Amino acid sequence: MERFKIEIPELCLVAMVGGTSSGKTSFAHRYFRPTEVLSSDFFRGMVCDDESSQNVSGDAFDLLYYAAEKRLKNGKLTVVDATNLQQSARKQVTELAKNQNVHAVAIVLNLPEEILQERNSARRDRNISPRVVHQHCVDVKRSIRNLRREGFRFIYVIESQDQAENTEIVRTRLWNDKRDEHGPFDIIGDIHGCCDELEILLEKLGYRKTEEGYVHPDGRKAAFLGDFCDRGARNGDVLRLVMDMVKAGNAIAVPGNHDVKLLKYLRGRKVALTHGLDRTAAEMEERGEDFRKEAAEFIDGLVSHYVLDDGKLVISHAGLKQEYIGRSSARVRDFCLYGETTGEMDSYGLPVRLDWASDYRGHGTVVYGHIAGREVRQLNETYCIDTGCVFGGKLTALRYPEREIVEVPALRQYYEPVRPLEEESDKDMGDMLTVGDFNKKLHIGTELIPAIDIPENNAAAALEIMSRFAADPHWLIYLPPTMSPCETSGLEEYLEHPLEAFAYYRSHGIRNVVCEKKHMGSRAVIVLCRTPDTALRRFGVADGTRGIIYTRTGRRFFDDAETESALLDRLDAALTGTGFWEDFQTDWVCLDTELMPWSEKAQGLLHSQYAPTGNAGLDGLSAAVKVLEKACERQNMTPEVDKITSGQNVDPVMLLQKYRAKKDDMERYVKAYREYCWTVKSIDDFRIAPFHILACEGRVFREEKHVWHMENIRRYITGADPVFLETPFLCVDTESEESVQKGVGWWLELTADGGEGMVVKPEFFTAKQDAKLLQPAVKCRGREYLRIIYGAEYLEPEHLNRLKVRSLSRKRNLALKEFSLGMESLERFAKGEPLYRVHECAFGVLALESEPVDPRL
Amino acid sequence: MLLTITYEGENTQELGFLLHKNPERAQQFELSFGKAYVFYPEVSEERTTVALLLDIDPLDLARGKAGSRDGGLFDYVNDRPYASTSFMSTAIARVFGTAISGRCDKRQELADTPLKLTACLYALRDGGNDTLAEELFQPLGYTVVTSRTQLDDAFPEWGLSPYIDLTISGTVKLSELLNHIYVLIPVFDRQKHYYSTEEEIQKLLAHGEGWLADHPSREKITRRYFFAKKGYAQKALDILLDEETPEEESGEKEETLQEQEEAQKEKEVHTPLNTLRLEAVKNAVLKSGATSVIDLGCGEGRLTSLLLNEPQIRKVAACDVSVSVLEKAAQRLKPDKMQTYRREKLTLMQASLTYRDKRFEGYDCACVVEVVEHIEPMRIPAFERVVFEFAAPRTVILTTPNKEYNVNYERMRENALRHGDHRFEWTREEFRKWTEHVCERFGYSCEISGIGDLDEKTGTPTQMGVFTKNGEI
Repeated sequence: MERFKIEIPELCLVAMVGGTSSGKTSFAHRYFRPTEVLSSDFFRGMVCDDESSQNVSGDAFDLLYYAAEKRLKNGKLTVVDATNLQQSARKQVTELAKNQNVHAVAIVLNLPEEILQERNSARRDRNISPRVVHQHCVDVKRSIRNLRREGFRFIYVIESQDQAENTEIVRTRLWNDKRDEHGPFDIIGDIHGCCDELEILLEKLGYRKTEEGYVHPDGRKAAFLGDFCDRGARNGDVLRLVMDMVKAGNAIAVPGNHDVKLLKYLRGRKVALTHGLDRTAAEMEERGEDFRKEAAEFIDGLVSHYVLDDGKLVISHAGLKQEYIGRSSARVRDFCLYGETTGEMDSYGLPVRLDWASDYRGHGTVVYGHIAGREVRQLNETYCIDTGCVFGGKLTALRYPEREIVEVPALRQYYEPVRPLEEESDKDMGDMLTVGDFNKKLHIGTELIPAIDIPENNAAAALEIMSRFAADPHWLIYLPPTMSPCETSGLEEYLEHPLEAFAYYRSHGIRNVVCEKKHMGSRAVIVLCRTPDTALRRFGVADGTRGIIYTRTGRRFFDDAETESALLDRLDAALTGTGFWEDFQTDWVCLDTELMPWSEKAQGLLHSQYAPTGNAGLDGLSAAVKVLEKACERQNMTPEVDKITSGQNVDPVMLLQKYRAKKDDMERYVKAYREYCWTVKSIDDFRIAPFHILACEGRVFREEKHVWHMENIRRYITGADPVFLETPFLCVDTESEESVQKGVGWWLELTADGGEGMVVKPEFFTAKQDAKLLQPAVKCRGREYLRIIYGAEYLEPEHLNRLKVRSLSRKRNLALKEFSLGMESLERFAKGEPLYRVHECAFGVLALESEPVDPRL
Repeated sequence: MLLTITYEGENTQELGFLLHKNPERAQQFELSFGKAYVFYPEVSEERTTVALLLDIDPLDLARGKAGSRDGGLFDYVNDRPYASTSFMSTAIARVFGTAISGRCDKRQELADTPLKLTACLYALRDGGNDTLAEELFQPLGYTVVTSRTQLDDAFPEWGLSPYIDLTISGTVKLSELLNHIYVLIPVFDRQKHYYSTEEEIQKLLAHGEGWLADHPSREKITRRYFFAKKGYAQKALDILLDEETPEEESGEKEETLQEQEEAQKEKEVHTPLNTLRLEAVKNAVLKSGATSVIDLGCGEGRLTSLLLNEPQIRKVAACDVSVSVLEKAAQRLKPDKMQTYRREKLTLMQASLTYRDKRFEGYDCACVVEVVEHIEPMRIPAFERVVFEFAAPRTVILTTPNKEYNVNYERMRENALRHGDHRFEWTREEFRKWTEHVCERFGYSCEISGIGDLDEKTGTPTQMGVFTKNGEI
């Protein structure tokens, strides 16, 4: 027996229609996945434990439709397994389908009444009277007549049990689904009868005119975004050209609003001959009946949007919201033709448009036209390529996947625009960050770590810090990661020592490392553009500045703009003087640096904490030493230290030694923090030591060796201007004892007088051991320096032994995540990704930094 | 941390008896926060000095306090082991317990006799308040000598140290001296006090017996002693005043009234301004005809709470960027206890004024009260767009300090801002210019008015702008 074929769209909302005992549930479960079927009985049971209770139908259906809506939103076919005998019940189905822009499908089980009565009486689990069964059968028959009118697009009626058991469900793709077409494409914006320019453009794109129209020798396809006619000089010719290319398979096309209006005209409907339709209409009359008929059929056959290349490309005349992509409904079609309007008119009498592109968060690139602007406008993975050729602008093509723009200027102005073409600055709607992207649990994909999760409460903390303290997020293309110290030293008198840093990398398969001097300053990220215009164009910073210096938490380093811009000017002078801009072919650069003196950024900390501690310490300890000295001078007491219990004897000589040591510790502590302070009287007193050239146009330098960074910094930045300081470094071969000892010696030298220490980095910027990311750097801090972290007396054995118990794993975990996020944000920015995508990473770093971690690490 | 007490006179070695500590031995005592040593640097017929030296373990002090974030290291690098703090009081009570109570079985007569005593304390944190030591000790009959150094002599520009070394000398009973020191050390230190139970009230009263109630600065002493616990201070004060004799009471009461008046005056400058401001904003909201209001930067929810009580207002959203501040607002507003009608009127949410937020849309009126001055200047354009372009309510009511008025605050330094978190404050002219810019760019018109006492030259302390969207009434 031949199977009964039911064809339904891949994504649709299916209503089972049938009376009690008609076998809806078995049918649904036979042909659909269990998760696709939402049964009213199941939801009745869920709300009241009784699957047959009719009292809770309202709540049960609320739940059912809530679940159905979520499924459809997620693009999942859904079957409503309920009787659906009443029009009011089915209305819920069609309404939901409409709201979710999918087709409603009805599968009706119209089995003979005898079978149903027989089944019903055999059922033990519920007792339904034969009258009800009969009524259901009547209802089914009546329903069938109305389904079409109610809005079901596909209706299938099963008449017998045989048929019910021998059905085949065929899921078909929607017409707009061309995911298996991979191009490459040349997407061409609104033509409006500018056939001369179109022909020039096609030639420029490499198409050759043949008998069957324009063909690309490499098999590229043109993709026309609609609005072929109206206003221009050769409307019929454009139609001819487009139709030929589509027919020959050399192009695809979506319709524009002008085309649809033309179709109405061609079909003899009454339309106003305005907005240039008069010209097209006149040409059509000359062209004759056949052409008109062909054009009408062509336009009628166009699908409103296409999803191409595995969903990575979407074309539509007026663009498309994320939730409409791949959907099919009158609303979606309308959006594709007209965009989203408020229904209001602006001062030019044109519709006020809502800015869907600024909210677009989809992964597919949407290319569209419809709104004429001077230039191509790109925002959040959407491109508007209508550049107003017919208004004297230009005709534009976007080459995909290359994303190159190819343009042909209009030969003349064919039509006066009603309102001026959109300027770049008119569209900065999407330039604002939207809180909805950040005030939630974040899941950030990075190249180095596939998924980094940010819990919601950390995101909330980051939102506060960003809002209250951070600089303009347009500048924050990178926040530096935290850095872990090396493992705790096994040596008796050290908390940190380079041997552990070398051992860490050696044991993880990294033989060569670079030791860089840790400058005694504050971390500062510098972004510099050659001109304020670059800052505006590339960063979207419109306040006339051309760069920024910010702290590791994204806060502007200097409160006064003068100091900042003076330092930036000097950096620019250095870069310009050495030809950096030309050599790196860029007009902006992002540097990771250390800015000195530390006292400049840490005034508060120094005044409220470091200096008072030293002051009180020296005062109190000096006094203690003095009185102990006196006590020892009148030493007629003999030490009796054998009875050490509370209130018992203690040797004042021993106390004196102890307090002398404390005082000595305190003096060293004061010396250590003083190293970090000097008084800044002018710009010349600042020192900036760059250590990474992070990124410039189109490039992120995260695969280079650190030595490359050091050499290029020396070549292009330091040397001429004393403000810019070189970072001394030493390469160490961790397999060579001699080299390791040299590294240790260098560190001892650096730290003897309170120097902060050094940072040990793997030879290459990004280092992995079998796919596992390694620490991008570990710090080895100097013995004296650590007094200002762990307290003046930390080296006293009683303290040090306790301090050695410390755990680095949390810190290291954060360092890896933050490093990945930092690199990712640079990559995203360098690739020209939208602001929210770049900001997400910087935001993520701040959120991670709100994790409580031992601040001494 | 060191205290020395010197006894001058005859037979001064007897100090050992009074303290129950043998001058010929150095001793150590275990305390919960470290060790105390007692020894005599000087013993002679005419002059004997005892030293009480504390040895505080900085690591123990920090124990269990990992992860302080702002500035980070307070728990690890701080003056606590070195500066004279309430640890010293605790140690005095523990080590010189009998002496402080005034008992001395072997030399009771001496214990009851005022002696010529000098006490020295080191690194006592008065925060640069030069008169504090005199104010506290002179009324008790001491000669007070203090010395203060530079904060760091390598950097004279950092100014003077917040610590003094203090020498007080007078003719007092040893127990009196110890009690004075016991009570007054914690009055200096305002950073951190290590006690928190109500027992402390009893301790204060016990050690202050016989002198604290008469001390002209007794309220200040009590307040500062219970720095973080205002309720304790009040309880202690209540008890102190009750204990007074009727005659004294009348004289004292006048002073108290005077002080109260002064306190009231102080309050009038600050508290009522806030009330006036909220009242003015509320009235502007009602006048605008709004029935739904969003309070952008609601702080602890004072305005929100006023608005909730207005029948005209059907919907109030209170937003703040700080989660902890929102928690405080929730504590004040208590949404969990509200009945359904009132609860549904209110929305509390974390929100930022520099991120576009769809939840801001659809309200008749937005209030931005004392908020704009907390935003980084470079973020003001984003703030403008969030409020006036995207949320775009019919009415926006915004208040901000008038910088010019600051000269009327005596305590403010020149060019200072009213709050540590203010990024700027606007003069009247600057505010007017900004409102004009906003109106032009976003299609609003603005009416500016002042809130608070009007000063002829400098205007009112607060300025308010009521923005109305053009074309809407």
